[in-house]
Amino acid sequence: SPAVHHHSGLSSELRHCTGYTPQLSTAVLISNFSLFPHALIPLSFQDDNWGETTTAVTGTSEHSLSQEDIVRISKDLDDSVGLDCKRYLNVALSVILGLVVLLTPLAFLILPHLLWPDRLRACGTACEGLFISVAFKLLILLLAVWALFFRPPRAGLPRIFVFRALLATLVLLFVLSYWLFYGVRILDSQDEDYQGIVQYAVSLVDALLFIHYLAIVLLELRQLQPFFSLCVTRSTDGATQHYNLGQLSIQRAAVVILENYYKDFPVHNPAMLTASKSRAAKHLAGLKVYNVDAAGIAQSQSRAMIAAAARRRDSSHNELYYEEAEHERRVRKRRARLVVAVEEAFTHICRMQEEEQKKASGDVMDPREAAQAIFPSMARALQKYLRTTRQQHLHSMESIQQHLAFCITNNMTPKAFLESYLTTGPTLQYGKDRWLARQWTLISEASVTSGLNDGTIFLLKCIDFSLVVTTKKIPYIQLAEEFIDPKSHKFVLRLQSETSV
Amino acid sequence: MSFIPGQPVSTVVQRIEIHKLRDGDNVILGFSIGGGIDQDPSQNPFSEDKTDKGIYVTRVSKGGPAEVAGLRMGDRIMQVNGWDMTMVTHDQARKKLTKKNEDVVRLLVTRKTLEDAVRQSMMQH
Repeated sequence: SPAVHHHSGLSSELRHCTGYTPQLSTAVLISNFSLFPHALIPLSFQDDNWGETTTAVTGTSEHSLSQEDIVRISKDLDDSVGLDCKRYLNVALSVILGLVVLLTPLAFLILPHLLWPDRLRACGTACEGLFISVAFKLLILLLAVWALFFRPPRAGLPRIFVFRALLATLVLLFVLSYWLFYGVRILDSQDEDYQGIVQYAVSLVDALLFIHYLAIVLLELRQLQPFFSLCVTRSTDGATQHYNLGQLSIQRAAVVILENYYKDFPVHNPAMLTASKSRAAKHLAGLKVYNVDAAGIAQSQSRAMIAAAARRRDSSHNELYYEEAEHERRVRKRRARLVVAVEEAFTHICRMQEEEQKKASGDVMDPREAAQAIFPSMARALQKYLRTTRQQHLHSMESIQQHLAFCITNNMTPKAFLESYLTTGPTLQYGKDRWLARQWTLISEASVTSGLNDGTIFLLKCIDFSLVVTTKKIPYIQLAEEFIDPKSHKFVLRLQSETSV
Repeated sequence: MSFIPGQPVSTVVQRIEIHKLRDGDNVILGFSIGGGIDQDPSQNPFSEDKTDKGIYVTRVSKGGPAEVAGLRMGDRIMQVNGWDMTMVTHDQARKKLTKKNEDVVRLLVTRKTLEDAVRQSMMQH
């Protein structure tokens, strides 16, 4: 949340101190104005001295809304309206197309019997064999279409799925052309050769199966062979991963990356970034530039500012070094205390065997009660450790006790129990409210339905951070061969002797 | 002392005459040799060119016949009693030096300082 520092200077410097660009903060203030007119953030930003009289507004105040909350709420509103509409439309269209495709061959077979049954030549054995083939092929087509198109989607994409739309169009055109032909050549002329009609229906089903095969190749197989290597970097702390993907559109690549993000990247912890922000603030606070007449600083003046900052004998690197060493030491000490406390706590619990359970003497507890019984002895050490490593907001007491009960049930050692607190795990490990799975925005200069290319860059923006993705083509590997004869491994002794004569 | 394979080696040599010392049944000359065409020339500390497979004097015992005769550590032996020492194995060199029926060995040895001394004296003229 933007904390407005009380600054005895002119208002033009205030926006720089908050760490946001001027446009963004004004945009927030304006949107705030429109959605929540009753919010209690001071709105008198027209006044030049408003910095002088405002008190600090932080996210912990009860009556204020931080910028993140505003964005989150507005996104929730947008999402709930737009998404359902698109999804229902998709499902409806798919169902209609599926029915058309399924019923067309049946209609081709049944219509002659309904319209001119008397003139129809009887169906021989070969023809009846074709009935069976049509039936089975239709069954397979039904299952295949369900498997490919009707399973619940894993993700909601911003634009239509281009290949699916193209395939649907292709199928529609195909079926329409068959109907046209059927209408003109068979219905109008009332053809008597029923075997020919049945073969016509079989050819339609065969062609639909081939189109389905094309769909499998386009939708599923093409993306499996790795073609591009994507480098994903998180903007806040620089955590980087690389993924190999096939030829996908940008939106589908984004979905794959996000699915992998939840398991590969350590959870985003804003508390870890406060140190660098405070250092940055100190750098800025050291230099005060007073702009009396003109608006804005000339480029030469800003360069002079940077030079002056460089020349100033700054001991902040020294501070950083000692601070980090001290922090490291503190963390290790707390960790040692924690490990000892947990090990001791675990020794108080003992699993009862089956035979002993039948005797059931006195205090028999289930895992949850056992966890609650030993938790107080380690709670203090754990809380102190979490506070030192700035993870305390990631774990609630309830979740810790649940995890403890889980470990006790599965005979885990104290080390196994502690592992999830000593190392930061991926985002999936923590509660659902950390996932923010509905808050992602794809920002791209190229159209999101266009395919990946060497050098494509796009952003995946969440509320507090963004993932920067760059694409590189996997290099073409030329492999050469060298044959070594197994008998060619020969060795000699290299001597250096000294003889006295 | 650099040599080109296949070309004769030409260098400034010093004649050294060593009288063998009889110590009971042993006959010693008072120095140690290293090198040879069957040895590893890159481990020779005395040679300038590390592909030089000549026979070098690696140690001279104090007060022994070799030191008395003027042999120094690091000398390369070119000839022993007329036998060539530039293309011999280590064992052949040893044998030529320790022939039982010879009491005196006449060596032709070369060292860097000889060349420098000759060049110096030539420059003076």
